[in-house]
Amino acid sequence: MKSLEELIGEHPLLAGFAPAHLALVAGCGSNTHYGPGEFLCRAGQPAQHFFLIRRGTVALELEIPGRGPFRFSTVTAGDVVGWSWLIPPYEWQFDARVLEDVSAIRFDGACLRGKCDADPALGYALMKAFAGVLVKRFMETRLQLIDVYGRRD
Amino acid sequence: MAAATERACGTSPLLPHAWRVAEAWRETGDVVTLALEPAAGDGACDWQPGQFNMLYAFGVGEVPISVSGGTSRRLLHTIREVGPVTRALGALAPGSIVGLRGPFGTAWPLREARGRDLVIAAGGIGLAPLRALIDTVCRERDAFGQVAVLYGTRSPADQLYGPDLDRWRRAGLQVEMTVDHADVDWRGPVGVVTSLVRRVRSDGQRTTAFLCGPEIMMRFMARELEQAGVADSHVWVSLERNMQCATGHCGHCQLGPVFVCADGPVFAWQHVRRLLTVRAL
Ligand SMILES: Cc1cc2nc3c(=O)[nH]c(=O)nc-3n(C[C@H](O)[C@H](O)[C@H](O)COP(=O)(O)OP(=O)(O)OC[C@H]3O[C@@H](n4cnc5c(N)ncnc54)[C@H](O)[C@@H]3O)c2cc1C
Ligand code: FES
Repeated sequence: MKSLEELIGEHPLLAGFAPAHLALVAGCGSNTHYGPGEFLCRAGQPAQHFFLIRRGTVALELEIPGRGPFRFSTVTAGDVVGWSWLIPPYEWQFDARVLEDVSAIRFDGACLRGKCDADPALGYALMKAFAGVLVKRFMETRLQLIDVYGRRD
Repeated sequence: MAAATERACGTSPLLPHAWRVAEAWRETGDVVTLALEPAAGDGACDWQPGQFNMLYAFGVGEVPISVSGGTSRRLLHTIREVGPVTRALGALAPGSIVGLRGPFGTAWPLREARGRDLVIAAGGIGLAPLRALIDTVCRERDAFGQVAVLYGTRSPADQLYGPDLDRWRRAGLQVEMTVDHADVDWRGPVGVVTSLVRRVRSDGQRTTAFLCGPEIMMRFMARELEQAGVADSHVWVSLERNMQCATGHCGHCQLGPVFVCADGPVFAWQHVRRLLTVRAL
């Protein structure tokens, strides 16, 4: 069986991380599994974790009062769920509902923040990795907002 | 334009030829496919995937529409109803006559992609100009490595060609679909089509990509593919501009130094990427 360090080193978010950094990050992670209908997180709750998805599908949703849940994205193997653990007030902004059995590595946000504060090189590497994810999500959100397939009039 | 040895759809590229609507069916709420056969009975039209015809709805106007499949004697055109001409075409019943000129323009350069992995990415109605290309790939499956078809639409109800998508999967293609918006009953992926690139199993360095859809979608897609290691010389896009003559004479479809009707509509991304960022071009 692969070690947690090996598993996270294979995930696109952390590919290219130095072995020493992978070992530090792995120290804050654990393997988890969720079944369909379970939630990785719910909007408004404290964001104590983030997840690297290894298998399965997760729907990211916002509850719209009077309209119910609005699904704005689905994520799958190779994706990341959650950056609220990085930024105050450390609170989830959306629901992450499992659609198909999920295997993920769950990271303790406070543990990682502590390690990043103690080792700025690790903090910078992790920030760069998350900035990449955020930029991609922003671009995708912009494309969704433009409604590219709508009529031009 | 079609080479001299090939049969054009009519006697002159400037003269609409009569073709009859043999069948018409609705693909989605605002998309119709017309199957056209030569009205005279003896006509034929040798087209290649990526090329288009000018379809004339009598008394309304003429528009460029890609060939989405069929044979030389039965042409399929899939039309999204966005304005007067496309609505008039979409309303035609079997037996109606349309004027047809073509085929025009460049084809997808599939021969040059033999032996390589393929990413074929479509947005919305952009799957129509790619459908015949994908069918050819299925017929010649062994000539290519990994083949991924990435398809994005606005909503599940806008997805075209359901049976074809299943058929392509059975032929060994990786078919990934996503929608921009869906309610929670939808079980498939939600997100823009560019987000599907990370699911592709092919090797960027050995990949040729064919893209068709709204220009902005193709720009983002080309960027995403570049990040995945695909060289811009191996990315091909199909462009749209308003057209009139379709023969490279009137200048209506001009995009900087190129005429989309004659030099395109299929272009190497490396040749047009700069032009598409020039405002008002
Ligand atoms: C080479 C080429 C191949 C094409 N192939 C196809 C095809 O296979 N199927 C197909 O449905 N269309 C295709 N098109 C687009 C098609 O030609 C146009 O949609 C058509 O010319 C619109 O004419 P209209 O008179 O119906 O609407 P117009 O009066 O020209 O336009 C009505 C409204 O729709 C908007 N509009 C125009 N074109 C589009 C568009 N493409 N997408 C969204 N909004 C638009 C206009 O801005 C306007 O607001 C192709 C275009 C080109 C250049
Ligand atoms: S449409 Fe006339 S030059 Fe292209």
